[in-house]
Amino acid sequence: MPSVLLIEQTLNGLQFGLMLFLLAAGLTLVFGVMDMINLAHGSLYMIGAFLAAWLVGLTGSFVIGVLGAVGLTGLFGMALEAALLRTLYARDHLSQVLATFALILILNDGVKMLFGTDLPLSAPAALSGPVELLPGLQYPAYRLLILGVGSALAIALYLLVQKTRMGALVRAGASNRAMATAMGTNISALFTLVFGIGAALCAVAGALLGPLLAVQVGMGENILILAFVVIVIGGIGSIRGALVGSVLVGCIDTLGRTGLQQLFREFLPAQWASAAGPAIASIAVYVFMAVVLAVRPQGLFPART
Amino acid sequence: MAPPIESRSSEATGPAPVDDLPMVARQGRIDTASRAALLILAAAALGLPFILQALGSSYYLSFASRIVIYAIAATSLNLVLGYAGLVSFGHAAFVGLGAYATGILISEGVVGGGWHLLATVAVTGLAAAVIGAISLRTRGVYFIMITLAFAQMLYYLANSMKGYGGDEGLNIRARSLFGFGAIAYDLKNPSALYYTALAALGASLLALDRFGPSRMGRAVVALRDDDVRAEALGFPTFRLKLVVFVVAGVLGGIAGALSVNLQGYVSPNVLHWTQSGTLMVMVILGGVATVWGGLIGAAALLLLQEMLSAYTDHWEFWTGWVLLAVVLFARRGLVGLAAGLRSPRARTG
Repeated sequence: MPSVLLIEQTLNGLQFGLMLFLLAAGLTLVFGVMDMINLAHGSLYMIGAFLAAWLVGLTGSFVIGVLGAVGLTGLFGMALEAALLRTLYARDHLSQVLATFALILILNDGVKMLFGTDLPLSAPAALSGPVELLPGLQYPAYRLLILGVGSALAIALYLLVQKTRMGALVRAGASNRAMATAMGTNISALFTLVFGIGAALCAVAGALLGPLLAVQVGMGENILILAFVVIVIGGIGSIRGALVGSVLVGCIDTLGRTGLQQLFREFLPAQWASAAGPAIASIAVYVFMAVVLAVRPQGLFPART
Repeated sequence: MAPPIESRSSEATGPAPVDDLPMVARQGRIDTASRAALLILAAAALGLPFILQALGSSYYLSFASRIVIYAIAATSLNLVLGYAGLVSFGHAAFVGLGAYATGILISEGVVGGGWHLLATVAVTGLAAAVIGAISLRTRGVYFIMITLAFAQMLYYLANSMKGYGGDEGLNIRARSLFGFGAIAYDLKNPSALYYTALAALGASLLALDRFGPSRMGRAVVALRDDDVRAEALGFPTFRLKLVVFVVAGVLGGIAGALSVNLQGYVSPNVLHWTQSGTLMVMVILGGVATVWGGLIGAAALLLLQEMLSAYTDHWEFWTGWVLLAVVLFARRGLVGLAAGLRSPRARTG
């Protein structure tokens, strides 16, 4: 692969990985601290994207639209946690699967009722052009924005979890919830807030990826599974693991798609190469997860003690 | 003398037991009312094609076949999920493999039903053995995720099979054709397909009913409740789990082979994780680790969708609310709800 293409694809992989991290961060905490399988996490991503598209259309400003969507989705997440998800923490995984699967149906159709099956959302005009990073390397400005926002949020979240009192309480919950509660931490009150932050991060990912992918009902379903793969690779409950896992999965997926296609072109007909490349890249992510589980069953950065 | 059954609800650690009183304890004591209800149900199921033909509504026969086929798939998942307590989130893999094995053979011009059955059993049995042998080394949420991962791999593989429709799916013209001497039995005939599926479902339910109280059934339930204890007692836990996983996978594959006969079409969507989720929802809705759970769950969910979609385009929305109500208020599914109504004592569980 030519080096310019390689750099470009690495940046794309990094960018997709960072957006995956925004989803995986909330998911891994809910899973790690509350032992809760939340299939509806992808729906928050969808809701964020739809709210952003709607608000951008309403106000004409991309920034106001995205910020509004992030705030509203965060509030929605907190309401959802307090009203429903909280009662599910103590239930078995099967009940959680059934309840959150039901939530997917409700939220998908609810969004369809309010906004229709899809909404247009395009990148702000000022960022529509490319930027020359290196001589001969043109990179879309909007993708650079995603990279910047994603990195900033990843650093902020890392500091929040590793350096603040609230983060310490969350980490205590992830490593041993019963002990943290016995030590006087009010995990359940803390968790409504944590869930709200997780939902807001989903909205950031949905709103920023909206112009690149598409804002449509069902957009959360496929990315949800990738986010689950990320947190299993990284170690359930670990923010650091989620970050490393996201970047690995983002790069494997993106580089695999173009790289394998190029490789297969060498010895396969073009039509087959363009079909097999993406398929094997998609599979590669899952194979990677299976290998990680075989070597380190608790993931790369186990949170539980 | 057998030791008395202890209450284990208070000291349970780890994942909560899916069903606090094993149904196996209550089986074998079918009262007269239940027997009469069963006979009426069986007679109604057998007579359905004639009734619908008299009414002239052929659509509902294919709908009934759909319920029966989903019921087979859900029942096979209930064996893994309920009886063995293995939360497999990738059961659609086996349904899809069965559908593709049959669909591909038909598209290649092989219409013999015997070959389809053979291919379905071989492919799904082999796949379940490989996936099971790897996945069963993990436990808990990791088992959920790794079974999901395998199903996703097959989903993307099916998407890339350009020769067999790729992401658009594969249409087939012919159906499975069984020949018994001079008599040809073609699943293209809606009644033939319905009765074939019904026979497969009846056999599955009967086998599951016998399996529960059998030695192996009790061993499987024992390792579900505490597999360390079961292993210490000398049960070959890994082998038992693998056998259950493979049997369930093959049965799921047969459901898939029937579904491609019903629809004349198979696409990667049968392998999508939401299909695995739908099957799980059916099992949980009906009743985990109960003989009838798969059938009742499949029938309830599909009937609910069918009825709601007659009134509103947004049937998913209302289905979701019904499912949510079931989780919150009928903790042991519809079978548990019915049992609770009949004997209030059982409701305390």
